[in-house]
Amino acid sequence: MKVKIVLNGKTREDEINSDQLLIDYVRSHGCYSVKRGCETSNCGLCTVFLDGKPILSCSLLTARADGHRVETLEGLQKEAEEFGAFVADQGAEQCGFCNPGMIMNAIALFRENPDPSEEEIKEYLAGNLCRCSGYEGQLRAIKQFLEYRRRGGESCE
Amino acid sequence: MLKIKEYVKAESLEQAYELNQKKSNCILGGMLWLKMSDRTVQKAIDLSGLGLDTIEETEDSFSIGCMVTLRQLELHPRLNEWTNGAIRDCVKDIVGVQFRNLATIGGSIFGRFGFSDVLTCFLALDTYVELYQSGVIPLEQFVGIKRDRDILVRIIVKKTPVKCVYMTHRNAKTDFPVLACAAALSGQTDNCRGYVVAGARPGRAIRIEIGTEEVMRLRKGAYTKEDLRSLAAGLAKDIPMDSNMRASAEYRSHLAEVLLFRCLSTLQERGGEV
Ligand SMILES: Cc1cc2nc3c(=O)[nH]c(=O)nc-3n(C[C@H](O)[C@H](O)[C@H](O)COP(=O)(O)OP(=O)(O)OC[C@H]3O[C@@H](n4cnc5c(N)ncnc54)[C@H](O)[C@@H]3O)c2cc1C
Ligand code: FES
Ligand code: FES
Repeated sequence: MKVKIVLNGKTREDEINSDQLLIDYVRSHGCYSVKRGCETSNCGLCTVFLDGKPILSCSLLTARADGHRVETLEGLQKEAEEFGAFVADQGAEQCGFCNPGMIMNAIALFRENPDPSEEEIKEYLAGNLCRCSGYEGQLRAIKQFLEYRRRGGESCE
Repeated sequence: MLKIKEYVKAESLEQAYELNQKKSNCILGGMLWLKMSDRTVQKAIDLSGLGLDTIEETEDSFSIGCMVTLRQLELHPRLNEWTNGAIRDCVKDIVGVQFRNLATIGGSIFGRFGFSDVLTCFLALDTYVELYQSGVIPLEQFVGIKRDRDILVRIIVKKTPVKCVYMTHRNAKTDFPVLACAAALSGQTDNCRGYVVAGARPGRAIRIEIGTEEVMRLRKGAYTKEDLRSLAAGLAKDIPMDSNMRASAEYRSHLAEVLLFRCLSTLQERGGEV
């Protein structure tokens, strides 16, 4: 079947299989930040934005994205780099496999709730699993980033 | 792995229903549960083009389209105001935001899963399901019906005045619940009923009615802590439990006493007029 999808700002038309998952579609277009970390829709590594909302690309048929906007980390370079620097500064990660999914979902959080409490951060990121680090470094990075923005560092938007 | 031969975006409910009569075809909700199955589907029927993804409030009810996501339920101000935040409480620990942006209420209720937070919570409310073929029936009746090939079109929550509360126990934050409990006082002052619901027993959620006298006492705030504990224990006794990999039946029975005590205490605190 044919689909037309705006991927990272660029309109693309493709011929796809009916059961292709969105993760395989975006990867076939070179968006390798999007990773598969589980088979059960649990890990959040495959997070992309569909019309601006974070979703699991491993669990959505590409067919359902027909006519919609899809964004991956590749399309959010500026926002991602700015926040990513805080994650790196904290040495928050070990293998880094979970990083793109976590950054995507953190960006979604910052857009939806610019001034989240610790509880709200934890709740929003509960679906982003990290097998190495124990989350403390990620939490510190998020808090420091928010503090930096509060003090008038360049906005994330 | 789930294999799909053909994807069909339904143009009407009639078309979707007709396609769904074939055993090899299948309705797609959010596809999260389906995706874990190992089967080949001939035609996957997508309802997402039928405008069933909104929550509408009328004078006497909330009408929730089957394609509304769990995240929409979580964020809906009026629905949560109406239910004292119970709706939000019942979905907030289901995997993660990205997951809840996909999972639908239709798939969650139609599946009648034993572990379901969503089913447990909606059973505490004055809820009906609108089925394409069988029409509108109470959710409590729907829970007991064997799965057929009908289509769940909408969930209707009647705006019967209600005080309700939802609580679960989980072994890990975003895991399936070990036990899910809800309690509600529902109806006008002169016709007020009380219910407790237990889900993830691990069997399908069941609803038990609280006696009229007990409801009156709860509303008056007349129970002492000790009395409430024995009321909770009495209700918990009537809830059949089983064992599975998450917990034993004995443990669940004990949890039920504790969770129901907490639910009833919260209801009594909110107390008074429903
Ligand atoms: C990893 C994982 C963890 C989960 N954890 C929890 C949890 O902690 N608590 C909880 O309550 N739930 C949990 N769930 C269940 C989840 O919340 C959804 O209830 C479930 O995925 C079904 O919703 P869906 O939209 O994905 O439906 P689908 O998977 O698309 O559909 C489920 C079934 O219902 C049928 N169907 C869907 N929509 C309709 C309709 N409108 N009419 C008729 N038939 C229909 C489908 O054909 C299919 O047979 C979990 C699921 C997964 C995969
Ligand atoms: S790959 Fe794990 S949630 Fe998508
Ligand atoms: S750093 Fe290895 S999975 Fe998170």
